[in-house]
Amino acid sequence: MKTSFRTIALVFGREFRAYFATPLAAVFLLVFLALSAGLAFFAGGFFERGQADLGPFFAWHPWLFLILMPAIGMRLWADERRSGVIELLMTLPVRAHEVVIGKFLAGWAFTAVALVLTMSFWLVTLYLGSPDNGIVAASYIGSFLMAGAFLAISACVSAMTKNQVIAFILAAIVSFLLVMSGTNLVLAALRGWAPAFVVDLVQSLSFITNFDRLTRGVLEAPAVILFVSTIVLALWINVQVVDAKKAA
Amino acid sequence: MQLVQASGLVKTFSRLRAVDGVSLEVSRGEVVGFLGPNGAGKSTTMKMLTGFLEPDAGTASIAGHDVFADPIAARRRLGYLPEGAPAYGDMTVADFLAFVGRMRGLANSALGERLAEMVERVNLAAVWNRPIDALSKGFKRRVGIAQALIHDPEVLILDEPTDGLDPNQKHDMRELISAIAPGKAIVISTHILEEVEAICSRVVIIDEGRVVADATPSALLDAAAVDGRRPTLEAVFRSITGSKAA
Ligand SMILES: Nc1ncnc2c1ncn2[C@@H]1O[C@H](COP(=O)(O)OP(=O)(O)OP(=O)(O)O)[C@@H](O)[C@H]1O
Ligand SMILES: [Mg+2]
Repeated sequence: MKTSFRTIALVFGREFRAYFATPLAAVFLLVFLALSAGLAFFAGGFFERGQADLGPFFAWHPWLFLILMPAIGMRLWADERRSGVIELLMTLPVRAHEVVIGKFLAGWAFTAVALVLTMSFWLVTLYLGSPDNGIVAASYIGSFLMAGAFLAISACVSAMTKNQVIAFILAAIVSFLLVMSGTNLVLAALRGWAPAFVVDLVQSLSFITNFDRLTRGVLEAPAVILFVSTIVLALWINVQVVDAKKAA
Repeated sequence: MQLVQASGLVKTFSRLRAVDGVSLEVSRGEVVGFLGPNGAGKSTTMKMLTGFLEPDAGTASIAGHDVFADPIAARRRLGYLPEGAPAYGDMTVADFLAFVGRMRGLANSALGERLAEMVERVNLAAVWNRPIDALSKGFKRRVGIAQALIHDPEVLILDEPTDGLDPNQKHDMRELISAIAPGKAIVISTHILEEVEAICSRVVIIDEGRVVADATPSALLDAAAVDGRRPTLEAVFRSITGSKAA
């Protein structure tokens, strides 16, 4: 597959700057910081535990991201369709996968900015005691990968509609299912009738279960593979959707 | 070689046959006025010529490159103004044109020259650093035209380029198109018939997805002449396409 990295870089640059073109970026970053801090401190019992560890902070990430990543991803393609810019973009001498990758990386980089800002919490734990920095590093990597998977799904869904609100809702639903697939609620409902391998499969796809493994400090291959392959698969579908459904 | 070559283009939307077997050839130096009533299928045809929309049947090529088999090569030689002149509203005019230029492969040195030329030829100096969202309709259209011209392409497909321009700008735009026409093949859709007479070397009229006339403006008028008196282009347009509307 021929690929122009220059095109990817140009799309990345445009899209990354577009996040900061409106005050929305600042609002988003503030909300993300406030929510992740608030949930960790008040709902996660960060203080009561009396330990210098970021577990309560990371534990909320699957739930935070299942809302926030669709918010970051929804405009990537839906807005292009609504405004008609997709017609201009896809008649430039570029390949669909270059644009798909450039846009995804821009959203992912924006997510990285949000995560880097939360490192202030880590500084607090450093001040309070001595956190296990290996665990912190593994958790951050896991969180970034999981965010990427949610984002790729959101970008893909965004390519299917010209309505950002619909893109947001659909992406949040798909993300919610992936988070919930590891909970007892879902597994119990399946156990009644589905064959065992289906139950195992659903459980192994769970974002929560896999993310939990990573936050325990081991960069386990299956968890990393799950998130990375979700990203690859979602972006591949994204390319097919853009190629097949150019006109609105 | 024809710079634009399309044969038997067909596009059906659910039940509606928007384009029904349109063929078109445009050679270097020609400016084709693409006319037809609202909904005749002009924009849909142009979307297929540019490779944006896949036809149900038929083929299209730009400068000898099939728009589907060899899309990148075809698109390199093409400048396209889509209907409504879409653009990234959050970008300034300067940033947007630089982005399109770079995406079209212009290196920084060439890009600078081309941007300077666009400022002058399309009269964009007054809005150069304004976000596109904040521009009036006419200026937006001009940004769309500049975007199509930025890489000095051989083939230009412009969907209603003068819609929303003031009389001075319309005049300037016609001068610009006439000035660049000799080296290019240009297809312009428009509802302004005086424009066709001013700049087009050929008129193609479509109605309900079919080509109903394809001739030079004067041949078209001669053919419709009664007692040696030529009707206006508007009268010809109406008599060819107006039967059901009347
Ligand atoms: N994406 C679409 N889905 C369904 N129908 C469409 C779509 N695009 C165009 N059409 C229909 O195809 C027909 C031709 O539309 P087109 O936009 O090509 O006309 P046009 O000649 O450009 O008209 P105008 O002068 O108003 O710009 C119209 O009846 C239109 O409603
Ligand atoms: Mg049209």
